[in-house]
Amino acid sequence: MSATFKVGQRVLVKDGDPPGHIRTPFFLRGKPGVIESIHGEFRNPEELAYGKEGLPKKPLYFVRFLQKDVWPDYRGAAADTVCADIYEHWLDAD
Amino acid sequence: MHDMPGPHDLGGKDFGPIDQRDHERTDWDNRVDAVLKLMLDGRRFRVDELRRAIESLPEKDYMSFSYYQKWLAAIRILIVEKGMLSEDEIATRLAQLREKAAG
Repeated sequence: MSATFKVGQRVLVKDGDPPGHIRTPFFLRGKPGVIESIHGEFRNPEELAYGKEGLPKKPLYFVRFLQKDVWPDYRGAAADTVCADIYEHWLDAD
Repeated sequence: MHDMPGPHDLGGKDFGPIDQRDHERTDWDNRVDAVLKLMLDGRRFRVDELRRAIESLPEKDYMSFSYYQKWLAAIRILIVEKGMLSEDEIATRLAQLREKAAG
């Protein structure tokens, strides 16, 4: 599998709001996280959503974020996290 | 600043606690489920397209429709988009069914 990022690596979710069907949650865009695990490679759902083939397949990561990195006014425990599935084309190395 | 996401992208909005009770499926729900299965098995469209169509619903519909109402509204969008039926054909048939139900 041709995953660019390794488990434990720090990543930054790309920012912005491109048109179309997007699988990256709005509240995580522009936020730093860590690769928790790698799900595998899948056809790109952002293209499948418009009847295209979604190839080549894209690596899909399980990414962990600190809640305090996601919400500026977060009042819970400093170690609280939230995880999400993010496709590789939405990630940069941090 | 960028635009706000669609109504489906809810992370961070305050809707209070999640209703975790099980929901009973109605016969109507099962019919919608069957229609979707026919569409997917017949390769009329993909489930990713269904999701995209659900996300394109107007916010008031997205927030008020049940799970299967969202499916049916999205199936209707895709049936028209793919040219299986026109909006006129659907409207005509709905009018016939309403008349029959009323009579």
